[in-house]
Amino acid sequence: MLYIATGAAAAVGAAATAWPFISQMNPDAATIAAGAPVEVDLKAIPEGGIMTVKWRGNPIFVRHRTAKEIKEAQDVNLGTLRDPEPDAKRVKKPEWLVVVGVCTHLGCVPLGAPGQRGEYDGWFCPCHGSQFDTSGRIRQGPAPSNLVVPNYVFNGDTRLTVG
Amino acid sequence: MKLFRTSSLLAAAALAFGALTMANPVMAAEAGPTPERQNWSFAGPFGQFDRAQLQRGFFVYREVCQNCHSLSRVAFRNLSEKGGPEFSESQIKALAAEYPIKDFNDAGEPIERPGRPADYFPKRYPNDDAAKAAQGAVPPDLSVMAKARSYSRGFPLFLLDMLPGMAYQEHGVDYIYALLAKGYTKADDEKWNAYFPGHTIAMAKPMGDGRVDYTDGSPKTLDQYTRDVSAFLMWAAEPKLEERKKTGLRVMLFLLVFAGLLYFTKKKVWADAH
Amino acid sequence: MSGPSTYVPKSALGRWFESRLPVMGLVHSSFIAYPTPRNLNYFWTFGAILSFMLGAQIVTGIVLAMHYTPHTAFAFASVEHIMRDVNWGWFLRYAHANGASMFFVAVYIHMFRGLYYGSYKAPREVLWILGVIIFLLMMATAFMGYVLPWGQMSFWGAKVITSLFSAIPFVGDSITTLLWGGFTVDNPTLNRFFSLHYLLPFMIAGVVVLHVWALHVVGQNNPAGVEIKNVQRDAVPFTPYATIKDSFAVVVFTIVFCWFIFYVPNYLGHSDNYIEANPLVTPSHIVPEWYFLPFYAILRAIPSKLGGVLAMFGSIAILAFLPWLDTSKVRSGAFRPVFKVLFWVFVVVCCGLGYLGAMPAEGGYVIASRILTLLYFLFFLSLPFIGWFETTKPVPATIADAVLAKSGGSVALAGAAHEKP
Repeated sequence: MLYIATGAAAAVGAAATAWPFISQMNPDAATIAAGAPVEVDLKAIPEGGIMTVKWRGNPIFVRHRTAKEIKEAQDVNLGTLRDPEPDAKRVKKPEWLVVVGVCTHLGCVPLGAPGQRGEYDGWFCPCHGSQFDTSGRIRQGPAPSNLVVPNYVFNGDTRLTVG
Repeated sequence: MKLFRTSSLLAAAALAFGALTMANPVMAAEAGPTPERQNWSFAGPFGQFDRAQLQRGFFVYREVCQNCHSLSRVAFRNLSEKGGPEFSESQIKALAAEYPIKDFNDAGEPIERPGRPADYFPKRYPNDDAAKAAQGAVPPDLSVMAKARSYSRGFPLFLLDMLPGMAYQEHGVDYIYALLAKGYTKADDEKWNAYFPGHTIAMAKPMGDGRVDYTDGSPKTLDQYTRDVSAFLMWAAEPKLEERKKTGLRVMLFLLVFAGLLYFTKKKVWADAH
Repeated sequence: MSGPSTYVPKSALGRWFESRLPVMGLVHSSFIAYPTPRNLNYFWTFGAILSFMLGAQIVTGIVLAMHYTPHTAFAFASVEHIMRDVNWGWFLRYAHANGASMFFVAVYIHMFRGLYYGSYKAPREVLWILGVIIFLLMMATAFMGYVLPWGQMSFWGAKVITSLFSAIPFVGDSITTLLWGGFTVDNPTLNRFFSLHYLLPFMIAGVVVLHVWALHVVGQNNPAGVEIKNVQRDAVPFTPYATIKDSFAVVVFTIVFCWFIFYVPNYLGHSDNYIEANPLVTPSHIVPEWYFLPFYAILRAIPSKLGGVLAMFGSIAILAFLPWLDTSKVRSGAFRPVFKVLFWVFVVVCCGLGYLGAMPAEGGYVIASRILTLLYFLFFLSLPFIGWFETTKPVPATIADAVLAKSGGSVALAGAAHEKP
């Protein structure tokens, strides 16, 4: 009985001691605080353009889609998609697409400059060849899912807050 | 067999004690009179900050100290964190916005924007040289001031400061209090301070009675201002003080129980070896 | 002492592994079956306490290094970042800083224990010298660790201690320049001290392995100072007897350690180290950490730069010669009336030097430092002569005798006589 109590106390002590050493690896207070939402001025993005902003160390793509790109995104047969999601669920206003610019395969940043957007007019990831469409959905290559849509809100017509 | 020799235990204690007697060096003789001990709510193993006092202390810092001194290691968000003045988050948002923070706009041009809770208190002067040019001497950053000043009570009194029941770590705030509230004693020389090493201080007496408007009914006296701002500086230097002492209590209780269990286990194991 | 392992694993997999790498047998013979004298007192738990402290320092240190930045522009700020923002950072830093002090408290008790009970005498000379080497490595590690927060005491401590080497004739200045990587203590110095501060603890751990190995070859000394003659009567197996006793002592020591971490974390430090390093302003009164104070007092006692440095290093080096300075046939100080008195005088002298190390180097303090420095060395130099003329008390024939003599008089002799082979 005494041995069990002592052993149990030792186990509790060891576990409690281990916690600070594990917990210290998590983001510290300054890192968390610095991840405050960022503001984007939408007037600066021409139709067809993509702006990259940094939030919590990651790129966020804000894309001003053209009518053609919107139509491409909406006309896809969802049954052919690896990660079926209608375009309407991925945007709040059809002309604005906001996605986290991190490939869902292994974390590279997909290319989005004109001429580098891949076969689906969206993004092309240079690391392992994943191709995304104009809604940020995976169409071809090893990525298992669509580009993630972060939390964002529109402040009026010209400003957007991400985070 | 008696393993527990009282004499050897005493010797061990004496040895450890002897070793620790050397802990605190004595300040140079010209440091002036020893500041008096004050009653601080945060002293001792169960000591905690007085929120209202920290809030008042912050107002004193903002109204008086901030005109020359920086607080660059403290972020606005800290003021609303647990264990501190605990202003509300909306108060902190409004407060932070009062401070202009240097940043760059989208075109990469340097700008000043309103502060956010995640920002740190901006430096009063861009660098030490600028501070010196403006003030004649560099006003030290106050972030860790309460831990960066001390005084010695001399041998053997300083030994008591580490012992359970008498532990005392508040020498820094005692010094700050003495310097501000009691040090400026020469009416004809505003840069003479009894507690400052060498007595010639670059900071002229920074405040007197009635300088800051308190809204909570606390006395608007130099003595009260100084107590409050000293407490605030202690928090600024040691924001985890409350968390530390609370954790310490739990750790100590656990260790005492664990040590007791081990002691009896040890006795039981050794019982058949005698 | 314990001889080749007789350990046979119970499981087939265990036997398969053991015949390829007999690591379990090594553990078994070293930490389970290893015979420990049954008369050990609590001073013998400091080996375990020191192992624990070394482990604690390495673990907290590795974790702190994940958040610390060894650059003059960021070092002080990164320490404050640890204290304010990192989860449990305040605990980790206070544990590491006070851990260094606790490590030295334990090592000094361990060393004085070895000194009192003659643990340095044949056949334990190599064991003792390995201990002196560990002590030196600890001092180097602690010194470089104290530089890392980049406060005023860090900077000026580094400056003064590295300047010791400039006392060396002809090449001294070149050596200090080499150590600094510049013309004063600066970023290159900080950076290399960080690198070495991270390296040295693992070297300590390596020498500790040798220290324990040497201990297990010659066996533990004990308060009676006689060797184990009959394992059955004189010794008990390491596990569970020493294991449980050591565990208890470690936890009691941890209570003291935690008292400092949680309630007086800055007591053993110096307030000036919360002022960021300023290469242009020396604090009015600089002192090293408390555990270096006796040696610092010896350094300042000698009115010559080279002489002071030699005396200081000599005061540590002389420890290595202890096995040959002490000529007494009796090992344990418990049976040496003259040595016992001198030992306690020596303890007082060391504490006195520590006190003087913290005092300003002026007036009566300097004279007192000189007298105590002289006494420090006289203690060692008197040992050969004491060994020749001292009349020692009768030493028990076996450990069992010593145990029985203490617990109950007359039965002891009968039992012991019976046991003699």
